[in-house]
Amino acid sequence: MDKASENNKHVYWNPYFGGFLLGLLIIFTFYMTGRGLGASGAMKSSVVTLVDKVSHEHTVNNGYYSKFVQGDESPMNTWLVFESLGVLAGAFISGSLSGRIGFRVQHSPKITSRRRLVFALTGGVLFGLGAQIARGCTSGAALSGMAVLSTGGFITMLAIFGTAYLFAYFFRKNWI
Amino acid sequence: MGPLIPNGILTDEWNIIIAVLIGLAFGFILEASGFSSSRKLAGVFYGYDFAVLKVFFTAAVVSVIGLYYMDYLGWIEMGMLYVHPTYVWAAIIGGAIMGVGFVAGGFCPGTSLCAVAIGKLDAWIYVFGIMIGVFVFSEAYNVFEGLYNGSFLGNITLVDSFDIPASWIIFGVTVIALAAFFVSDIVRKRIKKVFY
Repeated sequence: MDKASENNKHVYWNPYFGGFLLGLLIIFTFYMTGRGLGASGAMKSSVVTLVDKVSHEHTVNNGYYSKFVQGDESPMNTWLVFESLGVLAGAFISGSLSGRIGFRVQHSPKITSRRRLVFALTGGVLFGLGAQIARGCTSGAALSGMAVLSTGGFITMLAIFGTAYLFAYFFRKNWI
Repeated sequence: MGPLIPNGILTDEWNIIIAVLIGLAFGFILEASGFSSSRKLAGVFYGYDFAVLKVFFTAAVVSVIGLYYMDYLGWIEMGMLYVHPTYVWAAIIGGAIMGVGFVAGGFCPGTSLCAVAIGKLDAWIYVFGIMIGVFVFSEAYNVFEGLYNGSFLGNITLVDSFDIPASWIIFGVTVIALAAFFVSDIVRKRIKKVFY
């Protein structure tokens, strides 16, 4: 890699520009589909599909999985799964253009990769659990909710960021 | 007159194509804004990088102003848009659990997908964790069911909750966002820089 692109690795868009485009995208999404964006939904569909593959009987009898399995249609055949495939591709294109592609574990120099991975796993489990309880994550509940002034969206947003600030002190060694 | 697909102006087959295209733009915008880096994302909680706050609130303000303007101009019917339902305690407790997950893992689901796409192995593990979280919730659904379905207030908006006009709420949200941007720049100048 030449020096110019090496130096550009950390050059990101102006956050207000990125936010403005994201706002336009949310408007476009509502204009087209009547709904907002999402992310955790695709992971939920993946879990439902995996469990359904192992035991269809179990998914039908479970109060939660059974909401997402209907007839012969695959639980993967949902809008959010296709959207998330797009997200993967879009992020890959952006990363390629800026030379940010590569297998690595990103962490503060003060901690080990192993510690970073343990915390990443724990954080993921908690986020996955919380997103099911609140019926959506930062994208689906908070951001898309706020775009239509949903009370639940605002409550979820305040709860996510409020709690994260409250607990930031305990996790500081991982980041600063 | 929007929304186009629910109103039958575009056929259902377009839904999937549009889903992929919207996803492409979503992923590109998040990655280009630096949201594939957990250390950049976590900066918002320690005051060394406020990109999350700026991108998130700019997007929220732009989208809510835009949608209400389009409704005013008759281009879109606000009543047909999906309003995220309000289950008060589920939103608070679910949100709180997500908050701890955010500061522990450094991603949220959307940003973790972007990081997965550019090869961050910690994001791969994080997504695996999300799937475990979903699995735990589903298997223990009996335990969570009361919380999940309780304190339901309907698909309400802040207009219903506070009984004041949407224009005033949007104005208030915009002022809060601008104040937050202003304060965040002051805070960042006082905090020790973190290089990542």
